[in-house]
Amino acid sequence: MSTTAETGAAEANTQGFGGVQARSEAVLNPPRIAIRNLEFFYGDNRALKGIDFDIPDRQVTGMIGPSGCGKSTLLRVLNRMYSLYPGQRATGEAMIDGMNIVAPDADLNALRAKIGMVFQKPTPFPMTIFENIAFGVRLHEKLSKAQMDERVEWALTRAAIWDEVKDRLDASALGLSGGQQQRLCIARTIAVRPEVILFDEPTSALDPISTLKIEELIDELKRDFTIVIVTHNMQQAARCADQVAFFYLGELIEVAPAAQMFTAPKHPKTQEYITGRFG
Amino acid sequence: MPTEHIVRSYDEELRRLRDMAARMGGLAERQVADATRALVRRDTSLAAEVVQRDVQIDQLEREIEAFCVRLLALRQPMAADLRVIVAAMKLSNDLERIGDYAANAAKRAIVLASLPSIGSLNGFERMAHLVQENLKAAMDAFVNNDAEAAERVWAADEPVDAIYNGIFRELLTFMMEDPRNITAATHMLFIAKNLERIGDHTTNIAERIHYAVRGDSLPEDRPKADESAYAVVRPAGG
Repeated sequence: MSTTAETGAAEANTQGFGGVQARSEAVLNPPRIAIRNLEFFYGDNRALKGIDFDIPDRQVTGMIGPSGCGKSTLLRVLNRMYSLYPGQRATGEAMIDGMNIVAPDADLNALRAKIGMVFQKPTPFPMTIFENIAFGVRLHEKLSKAQMDERVEWALTRAAIWDEVKDRLDASALGLSGGQQQRLCIARTIAVRPEVILFDEPTSALDPISTLKIEELIDELKRDFTIVIVTHNMQQAARCADQVAFFYLGELIEVAPAAQMFTAPKHPKTQEYITGRFG
Repeated sequence: MPTEHIVRSYDEELRRLRDMAARMGGLAERQVADATRALVRRDTSLAAEVVQRDVQIDQLEREIEAFCVRLLALRQPMAADLRVIVAAMKLSNDLERIGDYAANAAKRAIVLASLPSIGSLNGFERMAHLVQENLKAAMDAFVNNDAEAAERVWAADEPVDAIYNGIFRELLTFMMEDPRNITAATHMLFIAKNLERIGDHTTNIAERIHYAVRGDSLPEDRPKADESAYAVVRPAGG
């Protein structure tokens, strides 16, 4: 009897923390992408050195580190963007659903449908708002008019911009504000229903309120998508991420749940960087 | 912190916070020492000084708290900086309580000076000496960022508890021997309890410092020897 009561109390206690608990208690989900001994070369220059870590499923992984540390390079590796450039190559493993992203024979179309990316500066196409979303979907799927309307509304709704644009879907996307354009780009990314979304400093060109809206959106999106975000803003990583990885000179120095990373990092280099005492 | 912060004024503020906490710690040590001296020497004017000085400790606590809130808001501290600020905020509460206990002991010393003395005050002196030493060692550990020293303080409270148990039993015996001892013995018992509580707050401070330096917590079960909560002294031949 007493055991039951105790268990009940413990459960009530856990629930009491609500959403806060997930982040502070640092429970990481099973991996969606498993990175093993990953190396990357710009010609002879080794830009990533023996990277080993897991990106947990449907959580936010923040990547931080000074400019040139390799965090953006890793993002470019994860969607094989480097394949567009001669002389750039990766070795090792980045496994998603049994497929090695960096294998030369990886199916890039399948990969890019699985892994979407949002860039630093909003990059709307010079088309209508509707076409910005529909354009990418058409490359991957054949949908009827009604299905496409539905998909566009779904994507814009998930990106928290539907209410602001629903009456002007035929207007040019270039007329939107910076924050709206970035949310449109997020809508465009999720419209093809990827599993993973990579964000490369998604708010560095935005004002503080637009930034918070994007952060709120990321928090919302992680219920359905695995998210990786590169940011120079430490507070942003602290606010958004469940797991944080710190890179320095092409090496992964430390990876830990966000709460631990920002209260008690293990490595002295991490400590110096996040407290602003960098060499 | 081995290296300097890129923003120099931030480093200066963190240094100032440590200075404020060290000053508060020094004042609390002095209050404990003077309260005990006033008790042993039956010095009512020294006791009155202790009581008056307590407002300085309270004032420092408010200053430290306001300064910490300011640092949290304006600097968004992370990692070791964050831990030091949180530790300073919490240990200033402990120091404030220590100040209260010392002032309360001093008030009782004034009353005791007007009553005939009972028993020996050796135990009080030894206890006060131990808690002062620990308090000083704890504040030094804070200033020097020394987790090992903090851990030693944390583990060093047992003898304080042991002396308190002895005093507790001795005073109960005095009270049973002669009811006219009860007024003095009760005040003395409270003073002993105050000193014992000061020892406990000092171990709290040691825990905060350990956290500030290392980022992890000391185990929950600290070595303790206070058995007075279960003590019964039966009247002889009762």
